[in-house]
Amino acid sequence: MSRLLEEMTEKALRLNIPLSVQLDLTYRCNERCVHCYLDHHDHGEMSTAEIKHLLEEMAEAGVFILTLSGGEIMLRKDFFEILEYARRQLSFCVKLKTNAILIRDAEAARIRDLGVESIQISIYSHRPEVHDAITLVPGSLNRSLDAASFLKSQGLRVIFANVLMVQNLQDYQGVRALAAEMGIESTMDPTITPMMDGDRSVLSLNIDRGSLHQLFRDESLVMDAEEACGVEDSAQDTLQHLPCSAGHTTCYVSPYGDVYPCVQFPFATGNVRKQRFIDIWRHSDRMNEVRSIRLKDLNTCTSCTHMSSCSRCPGLAYMEGNMRGPSSADCEKSFAKTGVPSANMLAKKRAAANLVQIGSIPAVANMPGAMA
Amino acid sequence: MSKLYVARSPRVAARSLGGEMMIMSGRDSTLFTLNKTATILWQAADGATPLDEIVQQRICGEFEVEPGEALQDAETLARELASHHILQISEQPIATQSAVSRESR
Repeated sequence: MSRLLEEMTEKALRLNIPLSVQLDLTYRCNERCVHCYLDHHDHGEMSTAEIKHLLEEMAEAGVFILTLSGGEIMLRKDFFEILEYARRQLSFCVKLKTNAILIRDAEAARIRDLGVESIQISIYSHRPEVHDAITLVPGSLNRSLDAASFLKSQGLRVIFANVLMVQNLQDYQGVRALAAEMGIESTMDPTITPMMDGDRSVLSLNIDRGSLHQLFRDESLVMDAEEACGVEDSAQDTLQHLPCSAGHTTCYVSPYGDVYPCVQFPFATGNVRKQRFIDIWRHSDRMNEVRSIRLKDLNTCTSCTHMSSCSRCPGLAYMEGNMRGPSSADCEKSFAKTGVPSANMLAKKRAAANLVQIGSIPAVANMPGAMA
Repeated sequence: MSKLYVARSPRVAARSLGGEMMIMSGRDSTLFTLNKTATILWQAADGATPLDEIVQQRICGEFEVEPGEALQDAETLARELASHHILQISEQPIATQSAVSRESR
Protein backbone atom coordinates (compact mmCIF):
# COMPACT_ATOMS: atom_id res chain seq x y z
CA MET A 1 0.00 0.00 0.00
CA SER A 2 1.37 3.42 -0.93
CA ARG A 3 2.02 5.94 1.83
CA LEU A 4 -0.72 8.18 0.47
CA LEU A 5 -3.25 5.34 0.44
CA GLU A 6 -2.25 4.54 4.03
CA GLU A 7 -2.93 8.16 4.95
CA MET A 8 -6.29 8.09 3.20
CA THR A 9 -7.15 4.84 4.99
CA GLU A 10 -6.26 6.40 8.35
CA LYS A 11 -8.42 9.39 7.49
CA ALA A 12 -11.32 7.12 6.47
CA LEU A 13 -10.95 5.30 9.78
CA ARG A 14 -11.12 8.59 11.71
CA LEU A 15 -14.15 9.76 9.73
CA ASN A 16 -15.88 6.34 9.80
CA ILE A 17 -15.98 6.08 6.02
CA PRO A 18 -16.14 2.71 4.19
CA LEU A 19 -13.27 3.38 1.83
CA SER A 20 -13.35 -0.02 0.16
CA VAL A 21 -16.26 -2.38 -0.52
CA GLN A 22 -16.50 -5.75 -2.22
CA LEU A 23 -19.83 -6.23 -3.98
CA ASP A 24 -20.63 -9.71 -5.23
CA LEU A 25 -22.92 -9.29 -8.22
CA THR A 26 -23.95 -12.95 -8.30
CA TYR A 27 -23.14 -16.27 -6.68
CA ARG A 28 -23.88 -18.06 -9.95
CA CYS A 29 -20.76 -19.43 -11.57
CA ASN A 30 -19.64 -21.23 -14.70
CA GLU A 31 -16.99 -23.13 -12.76
CA ARG A 32 -17.47 -25.50 -9.84
CA CYS A 33 -14.23 -25.10 -7.91
CA VAL A 34 -13.80 -27.87 -5.36
CA HIS A 35 -12.84 -25.45 -2.59
CA CYS A 36 -15.52 -22.80 -3.21
CA TYR A 37 -17.51 -21.58 -0.18
CA LEU A 38 -20.58 -20.37 -2.09
CA ASP A 39 -24.04 -21.72 -2.84
CA HIS A 40 -24.31 -21.09 -6.59
CA HIS A 41 -28.11 -21.09 -6.80
CA ASP A 42 -29.74 -17.71 -7.33
CA HIS A 43 -31.85 -16.91 -4.26
CA GLY A 44 -32.98 -13.50 -5.52
CA GLU A 45 -30.13 -11.34 -6.75
CA MET A 46 -30.49 -7.58 -6.73
CA SER A 47 -31.83 -6.16 -10.00
CA THR A 48 -29.89 -3.74 -12.18
CA ALA A 49 -31.87 -0.82 -10.73
CA GLU A 50 -31.22 -2.00 -7.15
CA ILE A 51 -27.51 -2.29 -7.80
CA LYS A 52 -27.30 1.15 -9.42
CA HIS A 53 -29.15 2.64 -6.46
CA LEU A 54 -26.78 0.87 -4.06
CA LEU A 55 -23.78 2.19 -5.99
CA GLU A 56 -25.14 5.73 -5.66
CA GLU A 57 -25.52 5.21 -1.91
CA MET A 58 -22.00 3.84 -1.67
CA ALA A 59 -20.54 6.79 -3.58
CA GLU A 60 -22.35 9.18 -1.25
CA ALA A 61 -21.01 7.23 1.74
CA GLY A 62 -17.48 7.82 0.44
CA VAL A 63 -16.66 4.38 -0.98
CA PHE A 64 -13.69 4.82 -3.31
CA ILE A 65 -12.45 1.31 -4.10
CA LEU A 66 -15.18 -0.98 -5.43
CA THR A 67 -14.33 -4.63 -6.01
CA LEU A 68 -16.86 -6.41 -8.21
CA SER A 69 -16.77 -10.14 -7.63
CA GLY A 70 -18.92 -13.28 -7.45
CA GLY A 71 -19.65 -16.08 -8.42
CA GLU A 72 -18.70 -15.15 -11.93
CA ILE A 73 -19.41 -11.49 -12.63
CA MET A 74 -19.64 -11.96 -16.39
CA LEU A 75 -22.71 -14.18 -15.93
CA ARG A 76 -24.73 -11.06 -15.15
CA LYS A 77 -26.21 -9.92 -18.46
CA ASP A 78 -26.10 -6.36 -17.12
CA PHE A 79 -22.45 -6.59 -16.05
CA PHE A 80 -21.18 -3.92 -18.45
CA GLU A 81 -24.14 -1.66 -17.69
CA ILE A 82 -23.26 -1.86 -13.98
CA LEU A 83 -19.55 -1.39 -14.65
CA GLU A 84 -20.18 1.60 -16.89
CA TYR A 85 -22.40 3.18 -14.27
CA ALA A 86 -19.82 2.61 -11.54
CA ARG A 87 -17.04 4.13 -13.61
CA ARG A 88 -18.60 6.82 -15.78
CA GLN A 89 -21.31 8.11 -13.46
CA LEU A 90 -19.81 7.49 -10.04
CA SER A 91 -16.02 7.49 -10.59
CA PHE A 92 -15.26 4.45 -8.42
CA CYS A 93 -11.84 2.87 -8.55
CA VAL A 94 -13.07 -0.51 -9.81
CA LYS A 95 -11.29 -3.82 -9.38
CA LEU A 96 -12.66 -7.03 -10.88
CA LYS A 97 -12.39 -10.62 -9.65
CA THR A 98 -13.25 -13.18 -12.29
CA ASN A 99 -12.30 -16.54 -13.76
CA ALA A 100 -12.26 -14.60 -17.06
CA ILE A 101 -13.35 -17.51 -19.22
CA LEU A 102 -16.03 -15.32 -20.84
CA ILE A 103 -13.60 -12.49 -21.58
CA ARG A 104 -12.46 -12.32 -25.19
CA ASP A 105 -10.91 -9.49 -27.17
CA ALA A 106 -14.07 -7.34 -27.32
CA GLU A 107 -14.78 -7.62 -23.58
CA ALA A 108 -11.15 -6.82 -22.77
CA ALA A 109 -11.31 -3.68 -24.93
CA ARG A 110 -14.50 -2.58 -23.20
CA ILE A 111 -12.96 -3.14 -19.76
CA ARG A 112 -10.00 -1.02 -20.86
CA ASP A 113 -12.26 1.75 -22.15
CA LEU A 114 -14.05 1.86 -18.83
CA GLY A 115 -10.79 2.40 -16.94
CA VAL A 116 -10.84 -0.62 -14.62
CA GLU A 117 -7.94 -0.54 -12.14
CA SER A 118 -7.14 -4.26 -12.12
CA ILE A 119 -8.52 -7.67 -12.99
CA GLN A 120 -7.79 -10.57 -10.67
CA ILE A 121 -8.07 -13.99 -12.31
CA SER A 122 -8.13 -17.28 -10.40
CA ILE A 123 -5.35 -19.54 -11.68
CA TYR A 124 -4.64 -22.69 -9.68
CA SER A 125 -1.95 -24.32 -11.77
CA HIS A 126 0.06 -23.91 -14.95
CA ARG A 127 -1.02 -27.43 -15.90
CA PRO A 128 -4.51 -27.85 -17.44
CA GLU A 129 -5.01 -31.26 -15.84
CA VAL A 130 -4.56 -29.75 -12.36
CA HIS A 131 -6.36 -26.41 -12.85
CA ASP A 132 -9.30 -27.98 -14.69
CA ALA A 133 -9.62 -30.70 -12.04
CA ILE A 134 -10.10 -27.93 -9.45
CA THR A 135 -12.58 -25.85 -11.50
CA LEU A 136 -14.26 -29.02 -12.81
CA VAL A 137 -14.48 -27.33 -16.23
CA PRO A 138 -12.40 -28.91 -19.02
CA GLY A 139 -10.47 -26.29 -20.97
CA SER A 140 -10.89 -23.63 -18.29
CA LEU A 141 -7.18 -22.95 -17.80
CA ASN A 142 -6.62 -22.25 -21.47
CA ARG A 143 -9.71 -20.02 -21.60
CA SER A 144 -8.55 -18.06 -18.54
CA LEU A 145 -5.03 -17.67 -19.89
CA ASP A 146 -6.34 -16.50 -23.28
CA ALA A 147 -8.41 -13.91 -21.45
CA ALA A 148 -5.38 -12.80 -19.45
CA SER A 149 -3.53 -12.26 -22.73
CA PHE A 150 -6.42 -10.23 -24.17
CA LEU A 151 -6.51 -8.06 -21.06
CA LYS A 152 -2.74 -7.61 -20.99
CA SER A 153 -2.70 -6.64 -24.64
CA GLN A 154 -5.10 -3.81 -23.73
CA GLY A 155 -2.53 -2.52 -21.25
CA LEU A 156 -4.59 -3.58 -18.23
CA ARG A 157 -3.23 -4.64 -14.86
CA VAL A 158 -3.87 -8.38 -14.44
CA ILE A 159 -3.23 -10.38 -11.28
CA PHE A 160 -3.27 -14.18 -10.96
CA ALA A 161 -4.77 -15.31 -7.65
CA ASN A 162 -3.80 -18.81 -6.61
CA VAL A 163 -5.51 -20.54 -3.70
CA LEU A 164 -3.20 -23.26 -2.49
CA MET A 165 -4.72 -26.59 -1.52
CA VAL A 166 -3.79 -30.25 -1.51
CA GLN A 167 -4.52 -30.60 -5.23
CA ASN A 168 -2.19 -27.86 -6.49
CA LEU A 169 0.46 -27.57 -3.77
CA GLN A 170 3.23 -28.66 -6.13
CA ASP A 171 2.33 -26.11 -8.81
CA TYR A 172 2.67 -22.70 -7.24
CA GLN A 173 6.11 -22.12 -8.73
CA GLY A 174 4.71 -23.02 -12.12
CA VAL A 175 1.95 -20.43 -11.74
CA ARG A 176 4.45 -17.80 -10.62
CA ALA A 177 6.73 -18.56 -13.58
CA LEU A 178 3.81 -18.42 -16.00
CA ALA A 179 2.70 -15.07 -14.55
CA ALA A 180 6.20 -13.66 -14.83
CA GLU A 181 6.47 -14.85 -18.42
CA MET A 182 3.19 -13.05 -19.25
CA GLY A 183 4.17 -9.89 -17.34
CA ILE A 184 1.40 -10.50 -14.83
CA GLU A 185 1.44 -10.11 -11.04
CA SER A 186 0.57 -13.11 -8.90
CA THR A 187 -0.66 -13.71 -5.38
CA MET A 188 -1.01 -16.88 -3.39
CA ASP A 189 -3.13 -17.79 -0.37
CA PRO A 190 -3.00 -21.08 1.52
CA THR A 191 -6.35 -20.47 3.27
CA ILE A 192 -9.45 -22.51 2.52
CA THR A 193 -12.60 -20.85 3.86
CA PRO A 194 -15.55 -22.81 5.30
CA MET A 195 -18.79 -22.72 3.30
CA MET A 196 -20.97 -19.69 4.03
CA ASP A 197 -23.58 -22.03 5.54
CA GLY A 198 -20.99 -23.17 8.11
CA ASP A 199 -20.10 -26.50 6.47
CA ARG A 200 -16.43 -27.08 7.30
CA SER A 201 -15.87 -30.25 5.26
CA VAL A 202 -14.09 -28.26 2.56
CA LEU A 203 -11.28 -27.53 5.07
CA SER A 204 -9.97 -31.05 4.38
CA LEU A 205 -8.45 -29.49 1.24
CA ASN A 206 -6.10 -27.37 3.35
CA ILE A 207 -2.42 -28.16 2.91
CA ASP A 208 -0.88 -29.92 5.91
CA ARG A 209 1.28 -28.40 8.63
CA GLY A 210 4.55 -29.67 7.13
CA SER A 211 3.79 -28.20 3.72
CA LEU A 212 2.83 -24.88 5.30
CA HIS A 213 6.14 -24.94 7.20
CA GLN A 214 8.07 -25.45 3.96
CA LEU A 215 6.06 -22.78 2.18
CA PHE A 216 6.96 -20.10 4.73
CA ARG A 217 10.62 -21.00 4.29
CA ASP A 218 10.64 -20.97 0.50
CA GLU A 219 13.20 -18.27 -0.23
CA SER A 220 11.70 -17.63 -3.64
CA LEU A 221 8.64 -16.32 -1.78
CA VAL A 222 10.18 -14.57 1.22
CA MET A 223 13.23 -12.33 1.15
CA ASP A 224 14.65 -13.58 4.43
CA ALA A 225 13.05 -16.78 5.71
CA GLU A 226 14.79 -16.55 9.08
CA GLU A 227 13.50 -13.06 9.71
CA ALA A 228 10.03 -13.82 8.33
CA CYS A 229 9.71 -16.88 10.54
CA GLY A 230 11.04 -15.31 13.74
CA VAL A 231 8.91 -14.74 16.83
CA GLU A 232 8.08 -11.05 17.29
CA ASP A 233 7.74 -9.41 20.68
CA SER A 234 4.12 -8.64 21.49
CA ALA A 235 4.32 -5.04 22.63
CA GLN A 236 1.67 -3.82 25.08
CA ASP A 237 0.48 -1.06 22.74
CA THR A 238 -0.57 -3.80 20.32
CA LEU A 239 -3.51 -4.43 22.64
CA GLN A 240 -5.21 -1.25 21.44
CA HIS A 241 -4.85 -2.19 17.78
CA LEU A 242 -7.72 -3.14 15.50
CA PRO A 243 -7.94 -6.82 14.53
CA CYS A 244 -8.26 -5.91 10.81
CA SER A 245 -10.01 -3.45 8.49
CA ALA A 246 -13.31 -5.41 8.37
CA GLY A 247 -16.11 -3.10 9.51
CA HIS A 248 -13.65 -0.23 10.01
CA THR A 249 -12.83 0.92 6.48
CA THR A 250 -14.10 -2.03 4.47
CA CYS A 251 -17.19 -4.19 4.13
CA TYR A 252 -18.87 -6.66 1.84
CA VAL A 253 -22.29 -6.74 0.15
CA SER A 254 -23.81 -10.00 -1.14
CA PRO A 255 -25.87 -10.32 -4.35
CA TYR A 256 -28.97 -10.32 -2.11
CA GLY A 257 -28.11 -6.99 -0.49
CA ASP A 258 -26.84 -8.35 2.82
CA VAL A 259 -24.03 -6.28 4.31
CA TYR A 260 -21.22 -8.05 6.17
CA PRO A 261 -17.98 -6.72 7.69
CA CYS A 262 -16.01 -8.78 5.14
CA VAL A 263 -16.53 -11.43 2.48
CA GLN A 264 -14.96 -13.90 4.91
CA PHE A 265 -17.05 -12.77 7.90
CA PRO A 266 -20.68 -13.98 7.49
CA PHE A 267 -22.11 -11.86 10.32
CA ALA A 268 -25.07 -10.08 8.69
CA THR A 269 -25.35 -6.45 9.78
CA GLY A 270 -28.29 -5.32 7.62
CA ASN A 271 -29.78 -5.42 4.14
CA VAL A 272 -29.68 -2.59 1.62
CA ARG A 273 -33.13 -3.54 0.33
CA LYS A 274 -34.51 -2.50 3.70
CA GLN A 275 -32.10 0.20 4.91
CA ARG A 276 -29.76 2.75 3.42
CA PHE A 277 -26.19 1.53 3.06
CA ILE A 278 -24.83 4.40 5.15
CA ASP A 279 -27.31 3.69 7.96
CA ILE A 280 -26.17 0.07 8.15
CA TRP A 281 -22.54 1.18 8.06
CA ARG A 282 -22.94 3.79 10.78
CA HIS A 283 -25.74 2.53 12.98
CA SER A 284 -26.02 -1.26 12.79
CA ASP A 285 -25.54 -2.67 16.31
CA ARG A 286 -23.78 -5.66 14.81
CA MET A 287 -21.41 -3.53 12.70
CA ASN A 288 -20.66 -1.44 15.78
CA GLU A 289 -20.04 -4.58 17.81
CA VAL A 290 -17.42 -5.73 15.29
CA ARG A 291 -16.01 -2.21 15.25
CA SER A 292 -15.66 -2.06 19.03
CA ILE A 293 -13.31 -5.05 19.27
CA ARG A 294 -9.65 -4.36 20.03
CA LEU A 295 -6.90 -6.95 20.36
CA LYS A 296 -7.14 -6.61 24.14
CA ASP A 297 -10.70 -7.98 23.95
CA LEU A 298 -9.73 -11.27 22.33
CA ASN A 299 -10.11 -14.42 24.33
CA THR A 300 -7.01 -16.61 24.43
CA CYS A 301 -5.10 -14.50 21.88
CA THR A 302 -4.12 -11.73 24.34
CA SER A 303 -1.79 -14.19 26.08
CA CYS A 304 -0.37 -15.54 22.82
CA THR A 305 3.27 -15.16 21.82
CA HIS A 306 2.18 -14.39 18.26
CA MET A 307 -0.32 -11.65 19.03
CA SER A 308 1.54 -8.80 17.35
CA SER A 309 2.48 -10.74 14.22
CA CYS A 310 -0.55 -13.00 13.82
CA SER A 311 -2.68 -12.79 10.68
CA ARG A 312 -5.74 -13.75 12.77
CA CYS A 313 -8.92 -13.38 10.72
CA PRO A 314 -11.92 -12.36 12.85
CA GLY A 315 -14.24 -13.81 10.21
CA LEU A 316 -12.63 -17.23 10.39
CA ALA A 317 -12.74 -16.95 14.20
CA TYR A 318 -16.46 -16.15 13.94
CA MET A 319 -16.99 -19.20 11.75
CA GLU A 320 -15.23 -21.25 14.43
CA GLY A 321 -17.82 -19.98 16.90
CA ASN A 322 -16.47 -16.78 18.45
CA MET A 323 -15.45 -13.54 16.72
CA ARG A 324 -13.36 -12.69 19.80
CA GLY A 325 -11.70 -16.10 19.76
CA PRO A 326 -8.74 -17.49 17.88
CA SER A 327 -8.76 -18.50 14.23
CA SER A 328 -7.16 -21.95 14.14
CA ALA A 329 -6.08 -21.58 10.51
CA ASP A 330 -4.01 -18.56 11.51
CA CYS A 331 -2.65 -20.37 14.61
CA GLU A 332 -1.43 -23.04 12.19
CA LYS A 333 0.28 -20.37 10.09
CA SER A 334 2.02 -18.82 13.10
CA PHE A 335 3.15 -22.27 14.21
CA ALA A 336 4.33 -23.21 10.72
CA LYS A 337 6.35 -20.00 10.56
CA THR A 338 7.98 -20.11 13.98
CA GLY A 339 7.66 -23.61 15.38
CA VAL A 340 6.16 -22.03 18.50
CA PRO A 341 2.61 -23.18 19.31
CA SER A 342 -0.05 -20.50 19.76
CA ALA A 343 -1.92 -19.98 23.05
CA ASN A 344 -4.94 -21.56 21.37
CA MET A 345 -2.96 -24.66 20.40
CA LEU A 346 -1.57 -24.98 23.93
CA ALA A 347 -5.06 -24.58 25.42
CA LYS A 348 -6.41 -27.27 23.14
CA LYS A 349 -3.52 -29.53 24.11
CA ARG A 350 -4.26 -28.98 27.81
CA ALA A 351 -7.94 -29.69 27.23
CA ALA A 352 -7.05 -32.91 25.44
CA ALA A 353 -4.76 -33.93 28.33
CA ASN A 354 -7.62 -33.29 30.77
CA LEU A 355 -9.85 -35.54 28.73
CA VAL A 356 -7.30 -38.34 29.09
CA GLN A 357 -7.35 -37.84 32.89
CA ILE A 358 -11.13 -38.12 32.94
CA GLY A 359 -10.75 -41.40 31.08
CA SER A 360 -8.64 -42.81 33.90
CA ILE A 361 -11.29 -42.16 36.59
CA PRO A 362 -13.07 -45.38 37.64
CA ALA A 363 -16.46 -45.90 36.09
CA VAL A 364 -19.15 -43.94 37.91
CA ALA A 365 -21.28 -47.04 38.44
CA ASN A 366 -18.47 -48.66 40.44
CA MET A 367 -17.92 -45.67 42.73
CA PRO A 368 -19.13 -45.82 46.32
CA GLY A 369 -22.51 -44.13 46.65
CA ALA A 370 -23.26 -44.23 42.94
CA MET A 371 -26.87 -44.78 41.99
CA ALA A 372 -27.62 -48.02 40.19
CA MET B 1 -5.22 34.77 -26.41
CA SER B 2 -7.17 31.55 -27.16
CA LYS B 3 -9.50 29.97 -24.66
CA LEU B 4 -8.42 26.88 -22.74
CA TYR B 5 -10.88 24.12 -21.89
CA VAL B 6 -10.34 21.52 -19.18
CA ALA B 7 -12.08 18.18 -18.58
CA ARG B 8 -11.70 15.41 -16.04
CA SER B 9 -10.00 12.39 -17.58
CA PRO B 10 -12.59 9.60 -17.98
CA ARG B 11 -10.06 6.95 -16.92
CA VAL B 12 -9.39 8.20 -13.41
CA ALA B 13 -11.21 7.30 -10.20
CA ALA B 14 -12.13 10.11 -7.83
CA ARG B 15 -13.76 10.61 -4.47
CA SER B 16 -13.89 13.43 -1.98
CA LEU B 17 -12.84 12.20 1.45
CA GLY B 18 -13.68 14.66 4.19
CA GLY B 19 -13.27 17.58 1.80
CA GLU B 20 -10.02 16.28 0.29
CA MET B 21 -10.20 15.02 -3.30
CA MET B 22 -8.55 11.65 -3.97
CA ILE B 23 -7.72 10.87 -7.57
CA MET B 24 -6.34 7.58 -8.83
CA SER B 25 -4.68 7.65 -12.21
CA GLY B 26 -6.13 5.15 -14.65
CA ARG B 27 -2.75 4.97 -16.32
CA ASP B 28 -0.66 3.53 -13.50
CA SER B 29 -2.90 3.50 -10.38
CA THR B 30 -0.92 6.32 -8.79
CA LEU B 31 -2.93 8.07 -6.09
CA PHE B 32 -3.05 11.85 -5.82
CA THR B 33 -4.77 14.19 -3.42
CA LEU B 34 -5.74 17.66 -4.57
CA ASN B 35 -5.55 20.87 -2.55
CA LYS B 36 -8.54 23.17 -2.31
CA THR B 37 -7.79 25.14 -5.48
CA ALA B 38 -7.06 22.02 -7.50
CA THR B 39 -10.27 20.43 -6.18
CA ILE B 40 -12.34 23.41 -7.33
CA LEU B 41 -10.68 23.27 -10.73
CA TRP B 42 -11.21 19.49 -10.95
CA GLN B 43 -14.88 19.72 -10.03
CA ALA B 44 -15.54 22.52 -12.50
CA ALA B 45 -13.64 20.85 -15.36
CA ASP B 46 -16.64 19.88 -17.47
CA GLY B 47 -14.96 20.30 -20.83
CA ALA B 48 -17.43 23.03 -21.83
CA THR B 49 -16.60 25.93 -19.51
CA PRO B 50 -13.44 27.83 -20.49
CA LEU B 51 -10.73 27.99 -17.84
CA ASP B 52 -10.95 31.78 -17.54
CA GLU B 53 -14.65 31.49 -16.66
CA ILE B 54 -13.91 28.82 -14.06
CA VAL B 55 -11.26 31.05 -12.53
CA GLN B 56 -13.54 34.10 -12.58
CA GLN B 57 -16.61 32.33 -11.19
CA ARG B 58 -15.15 29.74 -8.84
CA ILE B 59 -11.61 30.68 -7.82
CA CYS B 60 -11.49 34.49 -7.64
CA GLY B 61 -14.63 34.55 -5.50
CA GLU B 62 -13.32 31.89 -3.16
CA PHE B 63 -9.79 33.21 -2.67
CA GLU B 64 -10.02 36.97 -3.38
CA VAL B 65 -7.17 36.94 -5.89
CA GLU B 66 -6.49 39.15 -8.88
CA PRO B 67 -8.03 37.48 -12.01
CA GLY B 68 -4.96 37.67 -14.26
CA GLU B 69 -2.67 36.15 -11.65
CA ALA B 70 -5.27 33.51 -10.73
CA LEU B 71 -5.68 32.50 -14.39
CA GLN B 72 -1.93 32.13 -14.83
CA ASP B 73 -1.74 29.93 -11.72
CA ALA B 74 -4.76 27.91 -12.85
CA GLU B 75 -3.19 27.28 -16.26
CA THR B 76 0.01 26.05 -14.62
CA LEU B 77 -2.02 23.81 -12.34
CA ALA B 78 -4.14 22.48 -15.21
CA ARG B 79 -1.04 21.61 -17.23
CA GLU B 80 0.48 19.84 -14.23
CA LEU B 81 -2.68 17.80 -13.70
CA ALA B 82 -2.71 17.01 -17.41
CA SER B 83 0.88 15.78 -17.20
CA HIS B 84 -0.35 13.16 -14.72
CA HIS B 85 -3.22 12.22 -17.10
CA ILE B 86 -5.88 13.18 -14.59
CA LEU B 87 -7.11 16.23 -16.53
CA GLN B 88 -7.47 16.86 -20.25
CA ILE B 89 -6.76 20.30 -21.69
CA SER B 90 -7.61 21.62 -25.13
CA GLU B 91 -8.18 24.87 -27.01
CA GLN B 92 -11.54 23.43 -28.11
CA PRO B 93 -14.45 22.27 -25.91
CA ILE B 94 -13.99 18.64 -24.83
CA ALA B 95 -16.80 16.05 -24.96
CA THR B 96 -17.01 14.25 -21.60
CA GLN B 97 -18.74 11.19 -20.17
CA SER B 98 -17.67 11.23 -16.54
CA ALA B 99 -19.67 12.73 -13.70
CA VAL B 100 -18.58 15.04 -10.89
CA SER B 101 -17.23 13.07 -7.97
CA ARG B 102 -19.47 13.02 -4.93
CA GLU B 103 -18.73 14.31 -1.50
CA SER B 104 -19.00 11.75 1.28
CA ARG B 105 -21.55 12.72 3.89
